Amino acid sequence: MISWPNLISQLFNGLALGALLALISSGLTIIYGTLGVLNLAHGAMFMIGGYAGFVAYQYTESFILAVIAGSLFVMLLGVAMERLIIRHFYHRPHEDQLLVTFGLGICFVELVRLVFSSQSQIVPPPALFRGITNLGFMFYPTYRLAVVGIVAIALGALFLVLYRTRLGMIVRAGIEDSVMVDSLGINVYRVFMVVFGIGAMAAGFAGIVNAPVVSLTPGIGDDILVQTFVVVVIGGVGSFPGAILGGLIAGEIISVTSMFNPGYAYVMLFAAMTLVLVVRPHGLLGAQGRE
Amino acid sequence: MLKQRPFLTETLTAIGLIVAPFVLPHLGFAPNTVNRILVWGLFGLGFDILFGFTGLLSFGQSAFYGTGGFVAAYLLTRAGFSNVLGALVIGMIAAAATGYLIGLIALRRTGIYFAMITVAIAEVFFFVEFNPLSDFTGGENGLPGVPTPSFNLGFTTIHFTNGWSLYQFIALCYFVGVIIALRIVRSPVGAILSAIRDNPLRATAVGHNIHGYKLTAFVIAAAYAGFAGGLLGVLQAFMPPDAFTFDTSGQLVMQTAIGGRATLFGPLVGATVWLFLQDFLQSALGLGAAWKLVLGVVFVLLVCFLRGGIVGGISDLYRLASGRRKRTEDETEGDATDTEAKQESPSAPMLAKEVEHPAYSGPILKATGLTKRYGGLVANSDIDFSVDQGELRGIIGPNGAGKSTFFKMLTCEVAPTSGQIVFEGRDITGLKVTEVCQLGLTKSYQVNQLFTGLTVRENLTIAALAELRGKFRLDLFRTLAGVKGLTEQVEHTLALVNLTRRADTPVSELAYGEKRRLEIGLALATSPRLLLLDEPLAGMSPRERVETVELLKSIARGRTMIIIDHDMDSLFELVERVTVLQEGRVLVSGTPEEIKTNAAVQEAYLGGVHGEIAA
Repeated sequence: MISWPNLISQLFNGLALGALLALISSGLTIIYGTLGVLNLAHGAMFMIGGYAGFVAYQYTESFILAVIAGSLFVMLLGVAMERLIIRHFYHRPHEDQLLVTFGLGICFVELVRLVFSSQSQIVPPPALFRGITNLGFMFYPTYRLAVVGIVAIALGALFLVLYRTRLGMIVRAGIEDSVMVDSLGINVYRVFMVVFGIGAMAAGFAGIVNAPVVSLTPGIGDDILVQTFVVVVIGGVGSFPGAILGGLIAGEIISVTSMFNPGYAYVMLFAAMTLVLVVRPHGLLGAQGRE
Repeated sequence: MLKQRPFLTETLTAIGLIVAPFVLPHLGFAPNTVNRILVWGLFGLGFDILFGFTGLLSFGQSAFYGTGGFVAAYLLTRAGFSNVLGALVIGMIAAAATGYLIGLIALRRTGIYFAMITVAIAEVFFFVEFNPLSDFTGGENGLPGVPTPSFNLGFTTIHFTNGWSLYQFIALCYFVGVIIALRIVRSPVGAILSAIRDNPLRATAVGHNIHGYKLTAFVIAAAYAGFAGGLLGVLQAFMPPDAFTFDTSGQLVMQTAIGGRATLFGPLVGATVWLFLQDFLQSALGLGAAWKLVLGVVFVLLVCFLRGGIVGGISDLYRLASGRRKRTEDETEGDATDTEAKQESPSAPMLAKEVEHPAYSGPILKATGLTKRYGGLVANSDIDFSVDQGELRGIIGPNGAGKSTFFKMLTCEVAPTSGQIVFEGRDITGLKVTEVCQLGLTKSYQVNQLFTGLTVRENLTIAALAELRGKFRLDLFRTLAGVKGLTEQVEHTLALVNLTRRADTPVSELAYGEKRRLEIGLALATSPRLLLLDEPLAGMSPRERVETVELLKSIARGRTMIIIDHDMDSLFELVERVTVLQEGRVLVSGTPEEIKTNAAVQEAYLGGVHGEIAA
């Protein structure tokens, strides 16, 4: 049952899943780090990205346009959500923020279910990446390899935005101390809106990129949200490098455990999270600041 | 409102449960629906103690609901156990034990971390139930054939079969659940849980082991969940695997928020609305699957605009209608008595805690070589400091001199980088702030740290409870009135800080000066022998300052105090000795007279050290 090619192919699967989780988690973690709001609708954002891309693909037959449409739509949705609802919750307790984002997530999922029904939808991979690739020692689906590359580029872009731009500097400063940033004369509320948009877009982008690997259902974001939480707890809340490290760890744990028995994937994931909580309560790369 | 008439809530609940089978059928409720509502309501009682009262929002209650349910169902279907009630209780105990273990992990962190960890845990339980344990749980088939309860009374056997017959059994369980929950909420533990929700930092600082209490609330919620899970199996004659799904946890959270948190009955109301709307939208309006979208929108709107949910909204309306008249009376009356109250001299000084080892006669507090570094920044450097029993010491220093950091180290809120702190001959370096407060050392904060959602009296009760009950005690079924000496201590503190007239006012409605006095009162109600006051006069009007100085003088009798303040006139009038801190070091110590004339102090305050002149 366990052979080398099998193990290596699972490691590749883990890498692809881990890269996706890293991207989604970075979105969640920069939103939380900057705004102090944990977005429980983040899984729904992932799902909507997939559906928005699916619709765009139906009309254009172009995967690239689907990716762009999916990402932009979710970004705009994030901005609208922040403007209309989330900003009224900055000064309310954490519980209320959790409740309202949880409720919004349910509304999004049910709305999509109403429009597209519960049946699964399929987005084919782009022509360039169809088929399988011979890696010399094994065959592997080309698109899954491409996912790793596409997500790595997206993470690189996010890195550049966070570490090489003025906005990124404000965001990182805001994660450390948003009150201080506010008192320096920077309009944090505008920054909050942009960050929420970018964070949501990360999830939406992941959603459409992931769509050809799986089939789309309205509930697809629920499992991803739980996995994202584990990633963030392992990596450390508010830490971009932590989200990447945590994502890769979680992806590999899920894939490798699934090779032996899929039923234990979550158990192992949970065990890893517990271990981190006991040894390093603030996460592997987390700071002590936010709680 | 509830306190004045004992057992009012219990009586009303009993009446409601008895009347329900006669009224609800006319409103279109099937008995099975009512039973389901009661099961959700019972599940929610424990959850409300955890979420509504303690402020811990868990998205993982399905783990305990499922655990209790499957343990009970397994015993009744596969293990040949025939006592239904016994199986339910065993299921409850299993859920509570699971809750204890999970709580140890989940409560390592607070806030959103806690929420995320509970989500992950619930998901793990779902997968474990489906896969590794499917031999015991039936996997996706669940466990069919759960029997209904029957009791052999010797002369006759009562069998609760289904419908309204089973309702009697479930309603009785719910009623017992309500009675227990009410006792818990009204117990000292219940009061402390609310304090943890409002201000965990201060609840710790006045001497409560909040981790222990949070774990208690978590276990209580798990126990309720476990029992309710068992009832679900009995009700459906089948234990469904979807009890373990995240949707179960989510539905509980939503029902509680819709009905109203911190009300105990909110989850029941929420479940009623939920199940009624589900039926109504699906069958009457023919909305099909869209019912959940409607409920989601209703939920979001409620969270946005009606934070207290339906029950909270109704009680606000009630208060608005009945309270407005009363309040205006109160206020006019209050103004009249205001001047009288002020002229009354403060009552007898409040006694400090008994000394544990009275033989000790050295300095009450002695710090040696105390240093605190934050990275490269040295906040305090090599401070030697000693205070005698009964002394009144002042600490002054320019902004940034490290005064507040120094206080935080003395009360063990912050661990020193190096150095030692000895309180009454006992080394307290490295102890926790809770333990130090229990030993008799506490402080009032520079920035108010009050329990803002509670009344003045409740605030002081929390602090006094820490002194009277120790840092952790599980007196879940004792009433507050049953705590010996509590009323006296609270009333006494109220009188001392001149807030008797405002005792039942919520903190959020107090004036700033009153809040400052309550801040001191919170520290005072723990009966400290050494009381640290961090800028007690900050932000007060001149008249309030005079009053507060008088207050401080009166509480200084029989106790040692150290006071930081920038108001030197007031401070020099109050204290016997003054220590001046500058740039994290002790500049000089002496009597107020010596300090006033000291050249180095004058230079420090005028900024002469750096050659600048302060404006």
